[in-house]
Amino acid sequence: MSLIMVQLRFTPLLIPMNKSFTTPLLWLLVATIGAAAVGGIALNRGESINALWFIIAALCCYALAYRFYAAWIASTVLMVDETRATPAERLENGHDFIPTDRWVVFGHHFAAIAGPGPLVGPTLAAQFGFLPGTLWILVGAVLGGCVQDMVTLFFSTRRNGKSLGQMARDELGIMGGVAALIGTFTIMVILIAVLGLVVVNAMKHSPWATFTVSATLPIAMLVGVYMRHLRPGQVLEASTVGVILLLIAVAGGGWVDGNPALRAWFDMDGLSLAWCIMAYGLAAAVMPVWLLLAPRDYLSTFMKLGTISLLAIALVLLHPDIKMPALTPFVDGSGPIFGGKLFPFVFITIACGAISGFHSLVASGTTPKLLANERDIRMIGYGAMLLESFVAIMAMIAATVLDPGVFFAINSPAGMVGAEAAQAVAKITAWGFPVSVGQMQRLAQQMGEATLFARTGGAPSLAVGMASIFGSVFGESLLALWYHFAIMFEAIFILTTLDAGTRVGRFMLQDMLGNIWPKMADTSWTPSVLITSTVVVACWGYFLYIGVIDPNGGVNILWPLFGIANQMLAAIALCVATGILVKSGRLRYAWITAAPLSWLIIVTGTAAYEKLTSSDLRVGFFAAAHDLSDKLAAGLLPAAKAAIAPQLIFNLYLDAYLTLFFVTVLLLVVLDMLKVSANSLLGRPVQPLSEVPHTPNRMTEQQLAQWGRD
Amino acid sequence: MAEKLRRLWQFIRRLSGDDAYERYLKHCATHHLGDINPPLSKKAYFKQRLEAKWSGINRCC
Repeated sequence: MSLIMVQLRFTPLLIPMNKSFTTPLLWLLVATIGAAAVGGIALNRGESINALWFIIAALCCYALAYRFYAAWIASTVLMVDETRATPAERLENGHDFIPTDRWVVFGHHFAAIAGPGPLVGPTLAAQFGFLPGTLWILVGAVLGGCVQDMVTLFFSTRRNGKSLGQMARDELGIMGGVAALIGTFTIMVILIAVLGLVVVNAMKHSPWATFTVSATLPIAMLVGVYMRHLRPGQVLEASTVGVILLLIAVAGGGWVDGNPALRAWFDMDGLSLAWCIMAYGLAAAVMPVWLLLAPRDYLSTFMKLGTISLLAIALVLLHPDIKMPALTPFVDGSGPIFGGKLFPFVFITIACGAISGFHSLVASGTTPKLLANERDIRMIGYGAMLLESFVAIMAMIAATVLDPGVFFAINSPAGMVGAEAAQAVAKITAWGFPVSVGQMQRLAQQMGEATLFARTGGAPSLAVGMASIFGSVFGESLLALWYHFAIMFEAIFILTTLDAGTRVGRFMLQDMLGNIWPKMADTSWTPSVLITSTVVVACWGYFLYIGVIDPNGGVNILWPLFGIANQMLAAIALCVATGILVKSGRLRYAWITAAPLSWLIIVTGTAAYEKLTSSDLRVGFFAAAHDLSDKLAAGLLPAAKAAIAPQLIFNLYLDAYLTLFFVTVLLLVVLDMLKVSANSLLGRPVQPLSEVPHTPNRMTEQQLAQWGRD
Repeated sequence: MAEKLRRLWQFIRRLSGDDAYERYLKHCATHHLGDINPPLSKKAYFKQRLEAKWSGINRCC
């Protein structure tokens, strides 16, 4: 339990400091050390560089940004007003509007925004070397992601906790609202598919991992029954029992793996696992939340906070050397993990951890209803995203401390390097990243796996990285346990995102269908629940299915698509914020959101353009579709591939039109924002600001102190 | 030391929502909501909280 405290102790630099600490000299020192660390990382060529520099560079950047940039935005641009009553105070009802201790809100907000995204993205982007991803995580978070989260939280707080979609409709017009709604739904579908693929690839032919992940379901249900019926509301008691059982399940997986009869039960191929996950997603979406989703979410939150703290401690204790070069030859677009040049694809691949549009949905939903005072907005909006960015930096370290040869052997799909081990190592060694079959076999044996070749999706390589870090600090003999612990840790919150996402998708669909047939909007009417849940699962299940059968590994297609969708949502949130800033007479400060917005438009636009027009078969959807059709028509494909080719071709066209759709929606919202801004500047009538009028704060300093204030 | 441990424990309970019902009862008492309708039972309170929590987007990527 004390892990939570350790977790929060990362951020002492983020707390508004008392006077003695804010001496300019000290900040100068922080700036100098930070600059030296970033410079050291950026200019380093050839010699090995220590992971500690990454941590120092990140912490110095975050501290400076939080102390100066975030504080300036809060006071000068947003004009945060601590005398103003927050919705939690004005509308307090003991249920959703509750003034809450800021550290508690910080914890809840962080747990909500930080999912598997910041772990997977940096791992995949490490194919370009450690430098591009690291710089983008730092710069993107400080100037983009944190700003987006903070301003969205602020504007939503000023509007009684309205959702992003509602704000877009009120401030920009109907187009913005519809775009946010559609964006949210599609991003959910693609996100769930790609995360499902990550879990499938981690469990494929791994009885140990499959058993451990399956065991999390009955454990969660047990915890659910405990919390609901045996001892209602005893959250900590139930979670402790659950966490202990999860750890037993990790060890139990090893025993199952060693037992030939049981082993066969859990040894499954990708496609069967994909069907299992779809069946599970459907069951989880219609089952009552208390039975599975809510208890598992408790467990996954504890696991997440605990494991991330443990990783930070282990990294500081071990401070390993980074083995990946600063830049690899794959910046030219020939990378095995996903195709495409450094620009724009590194900015698409790393969304969460740098800037993630999905956060704007959380920052405009639950969190604003909990704020006790507006002055907490900087710490919660900006601070929580800084912590997520730090998680992404740790994922980058965990990926780059592996031997590059091993990293590429784990992450390259069979379609890229060949299905035979000897073939794969020869190809990867020829790229300049030496690795041998023996080395891979030894590693797989140490991790308790049959093979680690072509385990795409980022989870297995992250788990190998984490296991080797934990193993070096806490004991080598337990490598296999650490590896499966890491897999379980990733799987458990991927599955939480999967069912929570399916549920939200179901609600959105029920709401939409309710406009046509009101009965459908009844969230407890079983036929409606079954139909809409099936439709949502079918949507992501389709992409998951194609991702599994695609020999080039669906990650190459799905992850960039997810990145584009997520950045599009971020752009919509930034459009809303920019529009509000201009309308409220703050044009001279509108660049704080307009600058990251412009960058996102350039990045998303370029990526979409390349995805549509590139002649590189691994980048261009149309090029790949035409190539495959031609080969199929000429009979050049092996029988196995010819059988699935029509499905792959259809999917490539679908992906192309989806990309086109995203860009069109984005452009329409941007035009809407520009029109509203121009009208406002020219003095023409525009939608009025929907801000709630000022009500004085009634909480006394003493009451605020009770909420744990300094 | 004992005081520090006690505060840490309180913080953990607050963060995890373990003390939510106690705070709810306190809220009802201070706002005199009980005069109109009596506060929910612990089981009913957690049921309602759970449904409110999972009806919107509260987990992302």
